[in-house]
Amino acid sequence: MKILVTVTEVAEPDDEFEIQGQSIEDRYLTYDLNEWDDYAVEEAVQVSEEYDDVEVVSVTVGPERAEETVRQALAKGVDRAIRVWDDDLGGDLLDPGTTAELLAGVVEEEEPDFVFSGVQSGDMAFGATGVALAEAAGLEWAAVINDFELDPDAGSASVRRELEGGVEELTDVALPAVFTIQTGINEPRYASLRGIRRAQQKPLDVETPTDLGVNVESTLSLSSLEVPETGSDVTYFEGSADETAAELAAFLREQKRVEA
Amino acid sequence: MSDVLAVAEHRRGELREVSHEVLTAGAELGAGELHLAVIGGDVERFADELDRGAVDTIHTVAEGEEFNHGVYVQALEQVAEAVDPTYVVTPNSVNGLDYAPAVAESLDMSLVTDAVGVDTGGGLTVTREFYGGKTEGEVDVFDDRAVVTIREGEWDAPAGAAGASIQAFDADIDETALGTTVNGFEEAGSGDVDITEADVLVSVGRGIDEEDNIPLIEELADAMGATLSSSRPIVDNGWLPQDRQVGQSGKKVTPDVYIAIGISGAVQHVAGMKGADTIIAINTDPGAPIFDIADYGIVDDLFDVVPALTEQFA
Ligand SMILES: Cc1cc2nc3c(=O)[nH]c(=O)nc-3n(C[C@H](O)[C@H](O)[C@H](O)COP(=O)(O)OP(=O)(O)OC[C@H]3O[C@@H](n4cnc5c(N)ncnc54)[C@H](O)[C@@H]3O)c2cc1C
Ligand SMILES: Nc1ncnc2c1ncn2[C@@H]1O[C@H](COP(=O)(O)O)[C@@H](O)[C@H]1O
Repeated sequence: MKILVTVTEVAEPDDEFEIQGQSIEDRYLTYDLNEWDDYAVEEAVQVSEEYDDVEVVSVTVGPERAEETVRQALAKGVDRAIRVWDDDLGGDLLDPGTTAELLAGVVEEEEPDFVFSGVQSGDMAFGATGVALAEAAGLEWAAVINDFELDPDAGSASVRRELEGGVEELTDVALPAVFTIQTGINEPRYASLRGIRRAQQKPLDVETPTDLGVNVESTLSLSSLEVPETGSDVTYFEGSADETAAELAAFLREQKRVEA
Repeated sequence: MSDVLAVAEHRRGELREVSHEVLTAGAELGAGELHLAVIGGDVERFADELDRGAVDTIHTVAEGEEFNHGVYVQALEQVAEAVDPTYVVTPNSVNGLDYAPAVAESLDMSLVTDAVGVDTGGGLTVTREFYGGKTEGEVDVFDDRAVVTIREGEWDAPAGAAGASIQAFDADIDETALGTTVNGFEEAGSGDVDITEADVLVSVGRGIDEEDNIPLIEELADAMGATLSSSRPIVDNGWLPQDRQVGQSGKKVTPDVYIAIGISGAVQHVAGMKGADTIIAINTDPGAPIFDIADYGIVDDLFDVVPALTEQFA
């Protein structure tokens, strides 16, 4: 059995940052494994621990810098990684359809039994790449799942899709399929020291879109990026922690919001 | 002139509010014909309810009771073939994101999700957030045709009856191609505390750092006679039970006072608490989106402020 996990690196801005043109200046950004993909990796590794002969392969569309993040996934139990990149991809906002076409090229090469993807990337938050990949690669799918039960003999999986307001949809999905993994589905492990050491030896292959036979161009471009105007009129309590706490407590009492 | 196809959403016999909002966003996207697709469930009742605003034609596809993405994708491919829309507009809901990307891919249209604003003067430009709501960007769409998913609650429901033409659309659904079977629904279990009933909620987020620090917030809630709630990561980590979670996939709360401590104010969290009367935020990051909706704020370390506040009520 082979599981493909899509893994993306996300950028998180510092509390204070500056925007240059249409992007946040790099010195204010910290890069990390996308939170949702951390859960997707864990889910795949758990399946590989439950069944014999399971290979977990990760795929990332991203520049060389992303290899640090990919190594994190390898350290947590991914067996082998693929990174797809071409400098032409670096200029614009990569739309989810374009990313999906590239990932679909890898699906075609690897022919996984199923794919785990994250519900969303923390920075771009399109929430769309997994389902777009399924359609592009001709796979079935289920979006936003918080429970996954594999039935290898039936060639299907039973999942729970987490809808709004605490409602869960119970659904059976025919394999091969893409599942977009929601946080909380499992407890992602920390990489062990041994895992981190072993990750250095694991294969991390780089492919270009041309290698995959995929010819893509983003259909989106970011024309402006700014810190939104806060239309709100927040009243700030200022001073030391003791002072602000006293002001807030006095306010709450005055408003008769709190009895104590 | 651009024709637009909007898509309604319903669940367990009820239309979801966003079904009205797609009509308003759809009218903004195109000055041509505004179509609405209503797929599955009690389509005639839904069509009557949605005959509002600027909608010209409502296509009802009587196919199944509940949402099945395979049915939606096939039906929308066929409706789109009939009406040839420039833009397709759908909810950015959990189900919207279960079919819209596939529809875009299959119709070879560009896709922009989670729109909070649209502009069509000179091609399509979509306003959406990036980096967890810390920035907002304008996205130019190069393709002539696009699928746009809209954030719930950003557009008003249209006013006034439309007198649309309501037409039964005879979709040809290939049942053998449906790869998913929906077996039913379950409500996440509820425990002994109902946070939707509380007058004052003290709510804790990832800023608390570790499970061992949760008692700090519990003590504050106790001292104030308030109820403890949280953002999602706290529940994901198993530090508090699911019934304490506020937000899109948790509970919608409307207390008199909501104190958000170490919570950034992600859209899915805000969806559950923006109806609170007075919102107070304690956060080290002055740029945290929670301050966009807060009435009162303290920009400081919760580990300093919370114990001091507890002291005030001791
Ligand atoms: C489909 C879907 C459904 C979702 N449903 C929900 C939902 O129902 N509810 C929900 O909450 N989320 C939900 N989410 C997750 C949501 O997107 C966010 O990831 C989540 O709300 C973030 O929680 P947080 O604010 O606690 O954490 P973070 O975003 O990590 O914010 C932590 C905050 O703490 C502050 N902080 C750090 N240290 C301190 C300190 N010492 N003192 C004071 N402040 C500090 C930081 O500045 C930051 O603002 C959903 C996501 C998806 C995709
Ligand atoms: N550049 C990428 N490389 C690999 N996987 C990606 C990439 N972008 C998005 N994904 C996957 O798609 C999921 C949803 O991302 P998004 O559609 O950007 O919100 C992520 O959690 C990843 O699993």
